[in-house]
Amino acid sequence: MIPAKFDYVRPSTVDEAVAALAAGGDDAKVLGGGQSLMPVLRLRLGEPSVVIDTTRIDEMKGITDSGTAIVIGAGTTHDEVTKSALVRDHVALLAAATETVADRQIRHRGTMGGAMAHADPAGDQPPVALALDASFTIAGPGGRRTVPASEFFVDYFTTAVGPDEVLVSVTFPKYTGWGAHYEKFNRTAQAWAIVGASAAVRMDGGAIAEARIGLTNMGPGPVRASAVEAALIGASSLDAIAAAAEQAAEGTSPNADIHADVEYREHLARVLTRRAVAKAAGLA
Amino acid sequence: MQHISVTVDGTVCESEVEPRTLLVHWLREGLGKVGTVVGCDTSNCGACTILVDGQSVKSCSMLAVQADGCKVTTIQGLSTGDDWHPVQTAFKECHGLQCGYCTPGMVMSTVDLLSENPNPTEEEIREGIHGNLCRCTGYHNIVKSVQYAAELMGGTK
Ligand SMILES: Cc1cc2nc3c(=O)[nH]c(=O)nc-3n(C[C@H](O)[C@H](O)[C@H](O)COP(=O)(O)OP(=O)(O)OC[C@H]3O[C@@H](n4cnc5c(N)ncnc54)[C@H](O)[C@@H]3O)c2cc1C
Ligand code: FES
Ligand code: FES
Repeated sequence: MIPAKFDYVRPSTVDEAVAALAAGGDDAKVLGGGQSLMPVLRLRLGEPSVVIDTTRIDEMKGITDSGTAIVIGAGTTHDEVTKSALVRDHVALLAAATETVADRQIRHRGTMGGAMAHADPAGDQPPVALALDASFTIAGPGGRRTVPASEFFVDYFTTAVGPDEVLVSVTFPKYTGWGAHYEKFNRTAQAWAIVGASAAVRMDGGAIAEARIGLTNMGPGPVRASAVEAALIGASSLDAIAAAAEQAAEGTSPNADIHADVEYREHLARVLTRRAVAKAAGLA
Repeated sequence: MQHISVTVDGTVCESEVEPRTLLVHWLREGLGKVGTVVGCDTSNCGACTILVDGQSVKSCSMLAVQADGCKVTTIQGLSTGDDWHPVQTAFKECHGLQCGYCTPGMVMSTVDLLSENPNPTEEEIREGIHGNLCRCTGYHNIVKSVQYAAELMGGTK
């Protein structure tokens, strides 16, 4: 279908984008890579009056090393994230999860900021941001603010980004030397996760010293499996990892849909967490 | 209306477009590039795949205004005169199509994949064309076509 009529603006700075949002009022919509928004417009599930295209804002592009963290511009594409040496060296889990997003065409256009702001519960990257304690820089009429991942994801498709705000960048602390693996269960024809488990572990003398676990599609937003993280400390065998992973579904609230009921999703969370941790720890 | 200037298959094309015009609709209806087809409304099928600045993109999932200043290659820009692109030859030789509806997108995705990975394994091929759906072939001969195209283009596997 052809989208309903809208006005189009293409700001070249973040300030211009914020001003355009203010001028556009309630019906204005930010366009990132468009890989979620374009289908919405085509199916006329959304009919914004103004579309504000942020794809040519230089400040929102690229990946930089701030010393202690890796800063990823909201407009950086999935393809750029997966190929970045900075991401692969210091935030390997993000590269692993992003590699599995959709397909080549969509990874060429879809962006870090769009994936986070869209906050699909089946999204592969939000649980990584949550588990790795990323923080989000958001610009609005009142200036800029920084929101931790623990407060960023609010509900189904809802984040801390207000209707008059633009997500500018996402900052990941460095996890240099940590083992990382993303384990996702999906149908062949669709890359969307039925359930996914992201794991990053710091090994010390053959045992897990610290662990970070995020779950995809196990609730209205990304889920952090804190009980598993705590139980994994000191684990040095597959049996110990399996025992810790038994707690993966605790505190989750997955939906039932045509692909899986609640019980099956809980089962997948345990199995995928076990596999992801075992691989991240180099034991499988 | 918005003025755009896009290089399509080597020719600079200037146009006035409505912002809501999808790139694929402008290519087909504005320029007559009907080799690029539409197969869905959900960005799933990949039939509309083209190259924008050298990278594969689903042209139904981008606005024509967003292509302003870009270099676009469609299936109609691959051959040079009567000489087919090796990927086109490979799809013909290996019977990599039945009804042919997915073929323009499959060919463009293959060109994109081989430009980054001239020697893909079978698994890499299947992952590389993951964004393109075919309802006829079961993919078997498409994978063979990609392998043969890699060979024609100098890959060794
Ligand atoms: C066929 C298909 C398969 C897919 N498979 C997967 C998959 O397996 N895993 C996965 O995780 N994702 C998948 N996706 C989604 C894809 O990764 C999208 O790229 C992503 O969710 C949205 O990013 P975008 O840059 O395209 O955002 P857009 O589509 O441009 O925007 C999405 C939403 O975010 C808002 N937004 C965008 N940028 C900003 C910003 N800077 N500030 C404020 N708001 C902003 C928009 O207003 C809109 O509401 C798939 C999509 C398709 C079409
Ligand atoms: S027409 Fe189906 S992905 Fe573009
Ligand atoms: S040949 Fe018919 S859809 Fe692929």
